[in-house]
Amino acid sequence: MKRRDFAKKATLSTFATLIGAEIVFGSSLIDGYNPLALQDPDPFKMFNKHKDMVVLNDKPWNIEAQAHLLDDKITPNSCMFIRNNGLVPEGNDAKNWTLTIDGESVVNKKTYTLAELKSKFEQHTYQITLECGGNGRSEFNPPAKGNQWTIGAVHSATWTGVRLRDVLKDAGIKSNAVYIGYHATDIHLSRDPKHEPISRGCPMWKALEDESILAFKMNGENIPLIHGYPLRLVVGGWPASVSGKWINRISIRNKVHDGTKMTGDAYKVPCEPVAPGEKVKDEDMCIIESMPVKSLITYPKSGATIKEGKSLNIRGHAWAGDLEVAKMEYSIDFGSTWKTCSVEKPSNRFAWQHFKATVNFPKKGYYEIWAKAIDSKGIGQPMLIPGWNPKGYLNNACHRIAVKVS
Amino acid sequence: MSKEEIFRKQIKKVYHLLLLLFSLFLITGGMLVYYTINPDFFTFKTKTETIVSTPVVEVDEDRIENGIHVRTGLIDAEGLMTVVNNCTNCHSSKLVIQNRMNAERWNATIKWMQETQNLWELGKNQEIIVNYLVANYPPKDKGRREILTDIEWYELKE
Repeated sequence: MKRRDFAKKATLSTFATLIGAEIVFGSSLIDGYNPLALQDPDPFKMFNKHKDMVVLNDKPWNIEAQAHLLDDKITPNSCMFIRNNGLVPEGNDAKNWTLTIDGESVVNKKTYTLAELKSKFEQHTYQITLECGGNGRSEFNPPAKGNQWTIGAVHSATWTGVRLRDVLKDAGIKSNAVYIGYHATDIHLSRDPKHEPISRGCPMWKALEDESILAFKMNGENIPLIHGYPLRLVVGGWPASVSGKWINRISIRNKVHDGTKMTGDAYKVPCEPVAPGEKVKDEDMCIIESMPVKSLITYPKSGATIKEGKSLNIRGHAWAGDLEVAKMEYSIDFGSTWKTCSVEKPSNRFAWQHFKATVNFPKKGYYEIWAKAIDSKGIGQPMLIPGWNPKGYLNNACHRIAVKVS
Repeated sequence: MSKEEIFRKQIKKVYHLLLLLFSLFLITGGMLVYYTINPDFFTFKTKTETIVSTPVVEVDEDRIENGIHVRTGLIDAEGLMTVVNNCTNCHSSKLVIQNRMNAERWNATIKWMQETQNLWELGKNQEIIVNYLVANYPPKDKGRREILTDIEWYELKE
């Protein structure tokens, strides 16, 4: 056997082990041809993402959008950010997929097939904005640990599924129930099956809301694998990590769920504000609940040059965690004066709201358009980076774009 | 024909059938063994195939270009290979490059990875790794808000 042949066969057999199947006609492969999965993975093809999406991390996969990619009222898959704590599970089979409801506070532990979930419970569709708790982390000073998200870890797709409430109530919730915790089939980075990459949850009152759903469709189609096929939790207004992907078990807990990334400093901020860079003990950290008010200018793309005397139409989206956006403003003079944008009502609770405005510039020059959303409690976005926290969560500082008038 | 004869004939038939099956089995087995040794045996095609020539480039997987370790994108400096060998197995080097921390926080991060992510004991390598990270990826003071940079200017047509 020639050395090269041996090498090819060795690779092919390794590959066969990897994909768990023999490559039919493996030996007939033309020299120089590599099976697709052996090539460098192209995430844009693999996940059907827009070419302008930005890869922050390829193991695990973490990919974010840019503001101008999020211009659609309902975010298409191509522009939805990807956030993973572990490796994408392999061989998800919708036919044999089951969801088990268990935990200390379940009345009857129950297991449902996907078909049973779909037929037994009423289906609902909601547009739900999901934002990563660490969106905007890259701006914290001193820098915070983790993927350095800029502004693109947010999306607002439509999700179809059954209410978590209906399923939990079918199994029965004991009166001492406090929290739910999800479990999923993703794989720990170390490939150690004893470790879960992430297992988070939310208090019962949040789990029982109308819009907290177990989704099997996204934008009217089966959820893409990378976004949680065949079943994911969708819980609006809270860090997107509560909306677990690839869900196969939900525990009704009699205490705050203590799964991976519920403890330590993950998805937590100091209970009391701290100075930038200050050390915070684990016990002084509190779990993030509702996300803060925020907005993005999605049109035009930053860097537009326009002719003097021309007005500029801007637009974008705003969202406010558990609340609604009540008011939307913009400034072209670094906050000295603010003008009002028109802002639409959300299509349902937790859907982002669309705003627009026509901007006029007094003279030629360099401008920045800053956008500020204000929620129904009168709380607005800061222009500076908000309270520093060790893990760099909840940066909801105003988004801005650069414009030149010539 | 006596009953005995009929019976003998039937036995013979069965015997022949078994013999045939056994020899077929032997032949198939032999062919399979041969196939595992020489898989090209059953590829009934003439050897005048068009050669798709992909030049076999002997690539050094740890080659450095312009001061960057090409495979990982890490800066070539003292401790590089220790970082490559210990810090890019479970996660991508992209996660390392994105992060800016001082020695204390890198050490805390390593401890966290050892406690929760199955990172092994680094021994003497820990100092080499932390020194490399602090020297090559130091935190940068960003103030309370940075100015916009890398703006790609374009003419907006409406």
